[in-house]
Amino acid sequence: MASMLLNSLRNCPVCPAWAVQSAARSLSTTVQLQAQVQTKSKKTLARPNVKNIVLVEGVRTPFLLSGTTYSDLMPHDLARAALQGLLHRTAIPKDVVDYIIYGTVIQEVKTSNVAREAALGAGFSDKIPSHTVTMACISSNQAMTSAVGLIAAGQCDAVVAGGVEFMSDVPIRHSRKMRKTMLSLNKAKTLGQRLSLLGSIRLAHLSPELPAVAEFSTSETMGHSADRLAAAFGVSRVEQDEFALRSHSLAKKAQDAGLLQDVISFKVPGRDIVSQDNGIRPSSMEQMAKLKPAFIKPHGTVTAANSSFLTDGASAVLIMSEEKALAMGYKPKAYLRDFVYVSQDPKDQLLLGPTYGTPKVLERAGLTMSDIDVFEFHEAFAGQIMANLKAMDSDWFAQTYMGRKSKVGTPPMDKFNLWGGSLSLGHPFGATGCRLVTTVAHRLQKEGGQYGLVAACAAGGQGHAMVIEAYPK
Amino acid sequence: MAGVRALGALSRITSRRYTLTTGSPFRTFSVAPAMLAGTHVNYEVKGDVAVVRINDPNSKVNTLSIQMQKELTDVMNEVWSNNAVQSAVLISTKPGCFIAGADINMIEGCKTAEEVTQLSQEGQNIFEKIEKSPKPIVAAINGSCLGAGLEFVIACQYRIATKSKKTVLGTPEVMLGLLPGAGGTQRLPKMVGLPSAFDMMLTGRNIRADKAKKMGLVHQLVDTLGPGLKSPEERTIEYLEEIAIECARGIVNKKIPLSKEKGMMQKLQDYIMSFEMVRNQIYKTVHGKVMKQSKGLYPAPLKIIECVKAGIEQGPIPGYLAESQNFGQLAKTTESHALIGLYHGQVTCKKNRFGAPQKEVKTLAILGAGLMGAGIAQVTVDKGVHTILKDTTVSGLARGEQQVFKGFNDKTKKRNITSFERDSILSNLTGQLDYSGFEKADMVIEAVFEDINIKHKVLKEIEAVIPPHCIFASNTSALPIKEIAAASKRPDKVIGMHYFSPVDKMQLLEIITTEQTSKDTTASAVAVGLKQGKVIIVVGDGPGFYTTRCLAPMLAEAVRVLQEGVDPKKLDALTTGFGFPVGAATLADEVGLDVAAHVAEDLGKAFGSRFGGGNVEVLKTMVDMGFKGRKSGKGCYVYQPGLKVRDVNPDIEEILEKYKMTPNPAVSSDSDVQYRLVSRFVNEAVLCLQEGILSSPVEGDIGAVFGLGFPPCLGGPFRFVDAFGADKLVEKMRRYEEVYGNQFTPCQLLLDHANDSSKKFHK
Repeated sequence: MASMLLNSLRNCPVCPAWAVQSAARSLSTTVQLQAQVQTKSKKTLARPNVKNIVLVEGVRTPFLLSGTTYSDLMPHDLARAALQGLLHRTAIPKDVVDYIIYGTVIQEVKTSNVAREAALGAGFSDKIPSHTVTMACISSNQAMTSAVGLIAAGQCDAVVAGGVEFMSDVPIRHSRKMRKTMLSLNKAKTLGQRLSLLGSIRLAHLSPELPAVAEFSTSETMGHSADRLAAAFGVSRVEQDEFALRSHSLAKKAQDAGLLQDVISFKVPGRDIVSQDNGIRPSSMEQMAKLKPAFIKPHGTVTAANSSFLTDGASAVLIMSEEKALAMGYKPKAYLRDFVYVSQDPKDQLLLGPTYGTPKVLERAGLTMSDIDVFEFHEAFAGQIMANLKAMDSDWFAQTYMGRKSKVGTPPMDKFNLWGGSLSLGHPFGATGCRLVTTVAHRLQKEGGQYGLVAACAAGGQGHAMVIEAYPK
Repeated sequence: MAGVRALGALSRITSRRYTLTTGSPFRTFSVAPAMLAGTHVNYEVKGDVAVVRINDPNSKVNTLSIQMQKELTDVMNEVWSNNAVQSAVLISTKPGCFIAGADINMIEGCKTAEEVTQLSQEGQNIFEKIEKSPKPIVAAINGSCLGAGLEFVIACQYRIATKSKKTVLGTPEVMLGLLPGAGGTQRLPKMVGLPSAFDMMLTGRNIRADKAKKMGLVHQLVDTLGPGLKSPEERTIEYLEEIAIECARGIVNKKIPLSKEKGMMQKLQDYIMSFEMVRNQIYKTVHGKVMKQSKGLYPAPLKIIECVKAGIEQGPIPGYLAESQNFGQLAKTTESHALIGLYHGQVTCKKNRFGAPQKEVKTLAILGAGLMGAGIAQVTVDKGVHTILKDTTVSGLARGEQQVFKGFNDKTKKRNITSFERDSILSNLTGQLDYSGFEKADMVIEAVFEDINIKHKVLKEIEAVIPPHCIFASNTSALPIKEIAAASKRPDKVIGMHYFSPVDKMQLLEIITTEQTSKDTTASAVAVGLKQGKVIIVVGDGPGFYTTRCLAPMLAEAVRVLQEGVDPKKLDALTTGFGFPVGAATLADEVGLDVAAHVAEDLGKAFGSRFGGGNVEVLKTMVDMGFKGRKSGKGCYVYQPGLKVRDVNPDIEEILEKYKMTPNPAVSSDSDVQYRLVSRFVNEAVLCLQEGILSSPVEGDIGAVFGLGFPPCLGGPFRFVDAFGADKLVEKMRRYEEVYGNQFTPCQLLLDHANDSSKKFHK
């Protein structure tokens, strides 16, 4: 099935202008660093007067379907587990880290700065400041790039970035009217005032307010938008199911082969030790074909089987300046190079972040599609991935909507999400970004490539892409 | 009111902008290309489904013209005889339009009522065949599906519509003085129930797709798509087609049932409707409502009730017969001619005959955040134009900004726009007290107090800060523009833009040019007006321009009628009985008695005794006592917030008693009072054409109907003269002239028409 996809998507032309650019690029890099790079005779992306920033280590808790083993925890518990895992793996002294940044989407109101709560709980020095960022599904990407920024600016040398999402419990609020009454009740002075306020409560006030899974600006749920996007690019149900099956099969293979080294074991209080993702379930095309559309009924194509599921999980990475890492005796996994954030129309192009981000980041890095050895794209929906691949392969789209001369081309499928993706491994919104980056680093080491590309879409019509370079062996 | 509502709705069906698709290079057909290719209709067989595509290459909209009908019939016959075809999909490839209705020219081209009846019967026959089609037909609707278009789809077995904002369904025939003449009056009640069917056919309002689904008018909805590998419009139509084809197959395979299980409410409603007494009560109620709203001046609504009743009570044969015969009769009524004339006039007045302006207005500054200023801002901000609203006081500005906010917030509450759209629209509005940012303004519209000295002061202040290309427009209702322009350093950039209150509801914009106004300035003002969604007339300069000048003598006459002892309620009844949507006394209250007094005095000075009649002192005394009309709570009537019923202001009796005049019984019958009011209006309108204030009778008619509420069933003053007879009108005026003098002297142009009956304003 994967080969079927390959046949249809493989043609990926190289833009000559970029090739020239990439050849001309980084001639001035230091001799010492160039000497280190030997793989495939490609140049390094190191630049003069720009600090080399490295990924030292990346871990994550197992990603579990929400409502399973993690269901009684709180978000900071998961984040704490990831941080402890990172401490354990790296054996970094608890006071060496300069800063901690976490990404999350649905915030637990009790721990709105979840980074701080988790860091304290994980035993980090209380002298390390922490903050929490949010940018929908690219929240932990934002945490990582914020860390890169702090290091590049010379503010810090070692930063822990991560992400957490906990969908087993979400804040459900009283209705606005009820809240208003309750707040007024606080201020009421006499019994009479209190009684009259209590008397004003109507049955309708008691209906709760759930956190919206819909885009605020358009009131459209993401699944609905994904279905429309798939239809706009003419992605069929079969294509989507095939891609979902591919994701689950590859994830299963990677899990069985022990390739998912970033997963740490986690002793859940009151439960067993969890050491594996539990959402990987390769099915058959026949089984998947039986499902009814989940969002657009009756003719939609996005189903439960070809969408990412609600997931609990946390991730953490240790990012350092190369000098510091080497000084501390670490062997870095990869360089974090150029990155971009993009945004577009949140209604009709909600999930096209990778399409917009990829050419932009490649241009920045002076690379072309063919230079990339490892692709890790966030799989929100199979239909979203297929739509992005088609958009990247369309000159018309590039010219009409992106203001580019030609298409960027599609990633070859034999380099694309080979260890599964968000569809199968799970997608804890705030934590996925670190998983993508760590996976690229691990795949580059395993497969011997030099450049990796991460791309992801996010609510709000935003997107992110980052180029990662293998650390020389 | 029905008339005004009808016209309001009329605007929605007219003059949409459609872009023709530029081919479809990506389209790959799996099967043989069109087997039968006409210019308007072609069809292609996909598997066992015939896809019938319609697109009129010569027009922006699809209409069921003779050509279209012929080709459709041919194609459908082919579909029915093709054994490989099991079902059919009917779709339009024109973005934004399914079928916008029958071809009006086709109806107008008929000489007799019988010919029109014949047309109706042909339509009925085609749709009957569609309804009885052995192969299910799925109508795939994207864009406007109106009139005969709607009648077409309700004859089909299944309907799918896109959720596009452009997808609207409706039967607007009543607004043209017609009825749905191709089976609509017979099928619609069965499909959506008697009350909804009456509502649709009698109001002619457009129904959006989601509402249509709830009503049971369409079976399934399809989302619109964003950009993909083709333009969103093109791909949405393609997607709709794909789903419709699946649906057609599903119907043939019996996977999709055609008859829906009826809900409890539906069963209950059917049961209640099975009693003749209940139905009769509905007919009676609806009839009563129509009579109350239309005063019996519009025959079409009554005929619609008659046709529906015939179909339900006597069966289909008498029903369809009644429909076709009444359709024929209605098409030949003066009311229908008048309404169709207005429709054409409106289309004309939605075009910019001055060409494209050199520079598009991207920043518009408005001076004065009063009712008018804020209203102008409201119709501008949502068109993507940066709008500066300037006032002199914080409280005035706050009130104005709140008015704009409320306008859009109400739309949010009605779910026409989302709260997010509201917010982003309002981000185009800047409220301020100073002239900062005026250096970027492309146009300034002033809506400050109507005083020539204030206008001059403002003009000078503005010209000191605006860039050289910036246009200065004055929203004045009576001050001559050349007097305002006298203070300007660049009179070629000065123009009048007379909006009507409330600006967001009234469709008319009267643009006033002086001899010095440049053509580009006019083109730019018209372009802004069109963007604001206005129907535009461009008139010459002079006291009162066109609209105010026509209204003033009529109001003067109304005051005289009051002085002659006619009760304001009676005056209102007489005017509304003639077809005015708002009675003369109420209108004066709405306009504001202070404004009316001001205008009457000004124009009285300019035009002399011709504008006399009622004593201006009556109005002045009322204003002095604080009776300024609705805005002050008291005028001819007493207005209480929340109360719809209003009583005549008891205090004005005293005033009227003081200025009492003795009526002359020879010219004081109800009918005479009506014609006294109307003839002065009409005579002044004709005089405006004679003097060149108006450039055409069409603009005169549109201005009078859309700006002043001249009876829509009469089609405007000029069409009224044509239909009523200039000679008869002159005869009446001569009679009044004998009593009242030169106020009723017919103008030369009217006399010319009276002397030569072959002379008509409208050909």
